[in-house]
Amino acid sequence: MRLDVTMLRALLSGDRHADRVVPPSGFTAQLTLFAAGAMAFLAVFALALSLASGRLAARWGDELAQTATLRIVAPADQRAEQTDAALNVLTTTPGVETARALSDAEQAALLAPWFGTELPLDTLPVPRLIEIETSAGFDPTGLRLRLAAEVPGAVLDDHGRWRAPLVAAAQRLRALGWIAAALIMAAVAAMVTLAANAALAANAQVIAVLRLVGATDSYIAQAFVRRFTLRALIGSAAGVVGGLIAVWLMPTGGETPGLLTGIGFRGAGWLVPLCVPLISAAVALAATTVAASRALRTLT
Amino acid sequence: MQKAGTGVIELENVAYSYGGGELLSDISVKLAPGSFHFLTGPSGAGKTTLLKLCYGALLPTAGHVRLFGTDVRALERDDIAMVRRKVGVVHQDVQFLDHLPVADNIALPLTVSGRHAEAAGADLGDLMGWVGLNTRADALPPELSGGERQRAALARAVIMSPEVVLADEPTGNVDWDMSQRLLTLLVELNRMGKTVLIATHDLSLIRAAKAQVQARVLRISNRRVQLAGADL
Repeated sequence: MRLDVTMLRALLSGDRHADRVVPPSGFTAQLTLFAAGAMAFLAVFALALSLASGRLAARWGDELAQTATLRIVAPADQRAEQTDAALNVLTTTPGVETARALSDAEQAALLAPWFGTELPLDTLPVPRLIEIETSAGFDPTGLRLRLAAEVPGAVLDDHGRWRAPLVAAAQRLRALGWIAAALIMAAVAAMVTLAANAALAANAQVIAVLRLVGATDSYIAQAFVRRFTLRALIGSAAGVVGGLIAVWLMPTGGETPGLLTGIGFRGAGWLVPLCVPLISAAVALAATTVAASRALRTLT
Repeated sequence: MQKAGTGVIELENVAYSYGGGELLSDISVKLAPGSFHFLTGPSGAGKTTLLKLCYGALLPTAGHVRLFGTDVRALERDDIAMVRRKVGVVHQDVQFLDHLPVADNIALPLTVSGRHAEAAGADLGDLMGWVGLNTRADALPPELSGGERQRAALARAVIMSPEVVLADEPTGNVDWDMSQRLLTLLVELNRMGKTVLIATHDLSLIRAAKAQVQARVLRISNRRVQLAGADL
């Protein structure tokens, strides 16, 4: 028996007579529905995590790639002069959109979490910070060379050192989400195969009667395949609805969501989990077809 | 359709082994169209096995079985299914789908052939009347008596108007009156042109049949089939 267009058409259109020849199996049917639903629910979360990780990786990458910081480490009497020189260099550097030296108050605020608000900044050798916003064409290596020649106390930090591992982690998390979704679908296939094998074994006498009266293997298999495909489809659809509601109810992080508060779907991303029932049904169809084909070859 | 002059079912030098032992050996039987055969022999002689060889449920370990002119080994699984639509089979341990009413069970060969309209048509009612089950159409198989089950099985076996009817101890679980009624139905089928082969160890049934129809009696003895003598 093989999966072909005729069989698919018969599967979709249904045959109430063929459906009746295999006795209904109440409890096992409910278990299949429940298992398919639970798997789909988990798949929705795996997809939500994956898509959120992808968004986070992109956002972190974009935000950090567009900023850089310049530190002016110089004796107190030269700090203002070198700051002005650095700003002059920056204004003529391609790819630098804005460059702004932080005020004493802003620098004190940055240090406040560690040293408190009463910090006498003017008595400490705190370097002056210059905040830079960059765009395409920004060349940190070229800028470093210019600064070394014109502003010896300037140190450029383009954030690449700690940006790369963060983005890599988020991307790895996204890949793990997709792998989890794939494993969940594989588990659906295993579960349906086990259930179909059990149903075929339990109905060995029914199969013997059907063969005696001239039923082909594809006819017999179709009765089981259609049943398990529909169970997987219905169970998964219910699981996806439950999963989407749960994701929708999760708290958000406002304008700047983090990893945990950002789990969810955005825009067209809401359509991705709607594929789960269809994939689940396709997996069940293939798994039952293979299981039935194998079982009918061995059942005499 | 088989070639003219050949049997609808032919066994040529057939042997069948199971579990290391040979159950049937060097069997040659030809069922001509419209013939009536009995197959007799003691319990365990291999009557059921021979019947199963006749509709492709078993494959011979040696020799050739030809069903409607085609060697059974040349048939694919779906071809065997098609052959079974031309061979009605009644087993001693009649098997039904217990969750379906009797009428649906009798119509099952039509259902699996995609002939749903006929399965619900007037012919089904006529057939149920012929076997005396028209008042039991909605009963479930477990609710039937042994005789009713045998008659339902016979009706199921002939609903596709098969060319051959094979019956394995069809009167094994019924009383004498019911066995005569079943025999009469099988003789009627033969008069309609169907080839009939009945496996039975009931010699009184064979004697009763020979009074109604020209039947050949094959006896299995020592793994071989021989034509029984006039002592039957």
